[in-house]
Amino acid sequence: MSKTLTTAPAVNSTSDGGTLQRWSRPALILVALIVLAALPLYLDAQMLKIGSWSMAAAVGAIGLTLLVGTAGQLSLAHAFFAAVGAYGYAYLASPSDGLGWPPVFAALGGIALAATAGLAFSPVAARVRGLYLGVASLGLVFIGQHLLKNLGEITGGVNGRGVPPFSVLGFELTGNQPALSVLGVAFGAQERIWYLALFSLLVAIYLSRGIINRRPGRAFTMVRDNQAAASALGIDVQRYKASAFVISSAFAGGAGVLTGLAYAYLTPQNFGLPLSINFLVMVLIGGLGSVGGAVVGAIIVTATPLLLANLAANTGILAAGGSGGYDAGTVSSIVFGVLVVALIILEPGGLARLGSRLWSGISARLGATTRKTSRKETL
Amino acid sequence: MKLVQVLVLGLSLGAIYGLIALGFVTIFKGTKVFNLAHGSVMIFGVYVASILTDRIGFAAAVAGGVLAAALLAAILDRIIALAPRGDHLVLTILTVGLDVVLVAESSRLIGTNFITVGDPWGSQTISLLGATVPLTRVIALVTGLVLIGVFFLIFQKTRFGIRMRAASADSETAALMGISQRSVSLSSWAIGGGLAAVAGVFLAMFPNPGLDAHAHLLVFHAIPAVIIGGLDSSGGAILGGLIVGITQTIVTSYSASLSFLGEGIGDISPYILMIIFLLVRPSGIFGTKELVRV
Repeated sequence: MSKTLTTAPAVNSTSDGGTLQRWSRPALILVALIVLAALPLYLDAQMLKIGSWSMAAAVGAIGLTLLVGTAGQLSLAHAFFAAVGAYGYAYLASPSDGLGWPPVFAALGGIALAATAGLAFSPVAARVRGLYLGVASLGLVFIGQHLLKNLGEITGGVNGRGVPPFSVLGFELTGNQPALSVLGVAFGAQERIWYLALFSLLVAIYLSRGIINRRPGRAFTMVRDNQAAASALGIDVQRYKASAFVISSAFAGGAGVLTGLAYAYLTPQNFGLPLSINFLVMVLIGGLGSVGGAVVGAIIVTATPLLLANLAANTGILAAGGSGGYDAGTVSSIVFGVLVVALIILEPGGLARLGSRLWSGISARLGATTRKTSRKETL
Repeated sequence: MKLVQVLVLGLSLGAIYGLIALGFVTIFKGTKVFNLAHGSVMIFGVYVASILTDRIGFAAAVAGGVLAAALLAAILDRIIALAPRGDHLVLTILTVGLDVVLVAESSRLIGTNFITVGDPWGSQTISLLGATVPLTRVIALVTGLVLIGVFFLIFQKTRFGIRMRAASADSETAALMGISQRSVSLSSWAIGGGLAAVAGVFLAMFPNPGLDAHAHLLVFHAIPAVIIGGLDSSGGAILGGLIVGITQTIVTSYSASLSFLGEGIGDISPYILMIIFLLVRPSGIFGTKELVRV
């Protein structure tokens, strides 16, 4: 199994390289962070919205890449857990039609609810493996849709419900109050959501790296590659399979809370099977098991249709939505599908593997000392 | 009276689900891949039939649609064969990629319409043991049973069937015996695709208004049938299909008294049943238990 299910090389595999290698990565990350933090000063609200949606999706994609890539369990129920997180937050936080908790607690509560839902499904998730779980988990999406449509008092039924704004100590992070402007740029709702999403994404990356590179991640990989060997080493296979599912559900819940805040309004259609499939496509394009890949995949899958729609509206190169022609949604779906198929056939490591090849190629040119490392990576 | 009606309707729906589930299982047994693009293959077959039906008549159009679906499934098999072999989890995810492409294109083609196959039976009903049921559903039941019978006859009695069974029991040994893995996987995909198209044709008839752009999701209703019967059991797929069909029909027809469970509980009852089965008997009724060899 481990031969074709290639995962991206661990981060620390580059650490024995030359000075260039040691410093270029943190420096690059720092530059990227500064750029990301400064972007709201330059981008318009529309672009910021696309960015926040992408980052929200990335949180969920990280959870799925942990489950599918690291633990080798397929799940098509990711949309369901995102729905639990989103609706959970909306219900807990709303003072008018909910419990009126402080938003921070409600957000954590939404994530905890999603994790609990994952835990409730774990008797199934722990018993069946891989493919079988993926097929079975499809059922949760349909059951979830039914619940969303019928638990009208909590979910608002088919028509959906609003999402209360997120605020910390009276400072709205998804609204305009109190007014704030930085360097002459008014920081409205979209600018603030950007930072909230960016912060959440960084936390998600940090946590997932911690899981993958430490003991739990190694246990997941071991269970994925050889259950018998794993249990011989004292790994409780069922418990680890269940916990991989719970962790991934919690990430999905986080993505749900963020998505809810970014959309400001939830309907059951937001959380159907297409969302689950989109999450899977993000993870595959990025490369199974790679956190960075999941983020890039999420951005590509979320932003492309929206950017294409913008472009098409301005230039008219694509048909309008719903006209029966090739509109932005259709074109990007076809592109993603072809990309998934092509990547699995040609480069199962996804963009993460392509990227690390490119990266090691560049650093091999820049510093001869890194040759040893780069060869290790492309193996 | 009501019971007979529910039973006939449930059995015929079960036969349709059984055909879809049999397609899933055949492909899985032949290639160890779970075809998540099954719905798109089904839609494609029905779409071709719906185009042909005005020109060459219903029967020929259905034959054309079934052939088209089988051909598409065979093409998908060849695409999947390009990927590095071994991990069937990744190959299954590959079918998701194929599905995304096919769904995008079929949704574009269908748009907001319903595709129908122009069958000669329309909305006629017949009386059976005092119950009134749509004629199309009776025909679906009969056709389903005949097809299933033919399927098992071929798999049990012919050389082709023996080759297919040998390859699914142990593909390496079968390959050593001179059975081409390539032709086995091609045939299992083609058979699976054809079965899906037959089921799709019946799903497009009365009492349904036809297939809309979301109809590819209908095949997922057969997944509980596959899980309940056992992922690698053809007989289980049929039995699972019948269980699911009858459950769904019973729950739907009594949904008035089950209203506390919400609207549309009938449609999701198969999934609830599936989860119960997973808790009690994860490998299904006839499925082989997974053994770990050290």
